Amino acid sequence: MPRYYTEEHEWIDVDGDVATVGITDFAQGQLGDIVFVEVPDTGAELSAGGDAAVVESVKAASDVYAPVDGTVTEGNGQLEEDPALVNSDPEGEGWFFRMTLSDKSQLDGLMNAEAYKAFIADL
Amino acid sequence: MSETEQAGEEAVGTETLPLDSWHRAKGGRMVEFAGYWMPIQYEGIMAEHLWTRENAGLFDVSHMGQLAVSGDGAAEALEALVPGDISALKPGRMRYSLLLNEEGGILDDLMVTNEGDQLGIVVNGAVKWEDIGHLREYLPDDITLNHKDDHGLLALQGPKAVDALARLVPEAAGLLFMQYMRAAWNGHAIGISRSGYTGEDGFEISLPNEALAAFANALCAMDEVKPIGLGARDSLRLEAGLPLYGHDLDEEIDPVEGDLAFAISKRRREEGGFPGAARILGHLEGGAPRKRVGLLVDGKLPVREGAKLFDGNTEIGVVTSGGFAPSVGAPIAMGYVPRDHAVPGTAIAAEVRGKRVHCTVAAMPFIPHRYVRKQGG
Repeated sequence: MPRYYTEEHEWIDVDGDVATVGITDFAQGQLGDIVFVEVPDTGAELSAGGDAAVVESVKAASDVYAPVDGTVTEGNGQLEEDPALVNSDPEGEGWFFRMTLSDKSQLDGLMNAEAYKAFIADL
Repeated sequence: MSETEQAGEEAVGTETLPLDSWHRAKGGRMVEFAGYWMPIQYEGIMAEHLWTRENAGLFDVSHMGQLAVSGDGAAEALEALVPGDISALKPGRMRYSLLLNEEGGILDDLMVTNEGDQLGIVVNGAVKWEDIGHLREYLPDDITLNHKDDHGLLALQGPKAVDALARLVPEAAGLLFMQYMRAAWNGHAIGISRSGYTGEDGFEISLPNEALAAFANALCAMDEVKPIGLGARDSLRLEAGLPLYGHDLDEEIDPVEGDLAFAISKRRREEGGFPGAARILGHLEGGAPRKRVGLLVDGKLPVREGAKLFDGNTEIGVVTSGGFAPSVGAPIAMGYVPRDHAVPGTAIAAEVRGKRVHCTVAAMPFIPHRYVRKQGG
């Protein structure tokens, strides 16, 4: 299952026409202690670069953008009870939402793991 | 991903504090605050907050302005600008006061200490240059105002602060809350007060810039002391119900509205003679139209500065500080509401991203203060 990364520090796992989206380990480290996550409603139509979710640390609220166009099929309900999952397992149990892909060609513009690693090394 | 509430722009001309490299070496994540690079956190705001409530946290607050006013009649001269009874302040005692404009609005909140030969004043970093300008303009010419910019300020806060500090300066343990003394450490003249802005017992220590790093190292070598950043300083003071100037207080707000009537001394209430006395005494007598209150927030969604407050469909006020409170384990906030809503237990709502969040007006502090007001107590 290929994993892509955005310059906004989201990761996206693609399995056929469905993708799982979360924020990267680097992003959670920058944010610090996560105390609240607002995931999109099932059925929400997302467009690449648009607001998709909100993650709140002790100090601030941050927007999470949709990496590609598509429709939300599921938000991670576990984050409501345990937002700190985003700190402890950001690229696993701490996923934010799942979505269908409207245009798989949009994935071509994203980074792979190696490119993302180089990207954050330059920040 | 982008931060929506933190100012993200690169500050031009941001200055460094004497301990800048010390913070970086300790892993501090530096942000621009009040014109300086300052550590927002080291290991994490939550851990640092809880550490301070249980142990002792060391805060570098050298961005704050340390001023001194001296000359015959200095106390009386200062009383023309603040509503506190400065003349009655005994040597070695300090008190919280407010710099007021002609309308009674708050220009800054500050600490005034009778150091014996002068009045020490500590003001907020973000407005210290405005404060200095105001004092220079309004104090009589024969009163001397000195900016001690060759000194830094450290705050050691938490229940184990006294044990840690006493290993370096044993006599500091004899101070009570809001008392001050001069002392010596490693040949440096330092000033110590039992005070702070976390709600915990603790001390603020003024040292010459060249002594700061060695003193901070001596404290952080102790098991109970860790460096703590601005992030936890903010969450600690919020839980303690203490207002932050520029957020919870500003030039439009008077001391009664700001729930700081305790800072208007009895004699000053009787005599007046401070800026905005007519408005302030009127509010003391008949109540202010609005008041700063604490808010307990239902659920987990943080309610932050700028959130509008509602009673039904009517907008009634605004949140001035808010966030997740680590020791409470829930979001809390403070803000301004009309006086008929300023009663603990009143149910109101805050608006966050178009959603209504239920809040209850609450007495402050949210976490009881643990000041040491008598020995052995």
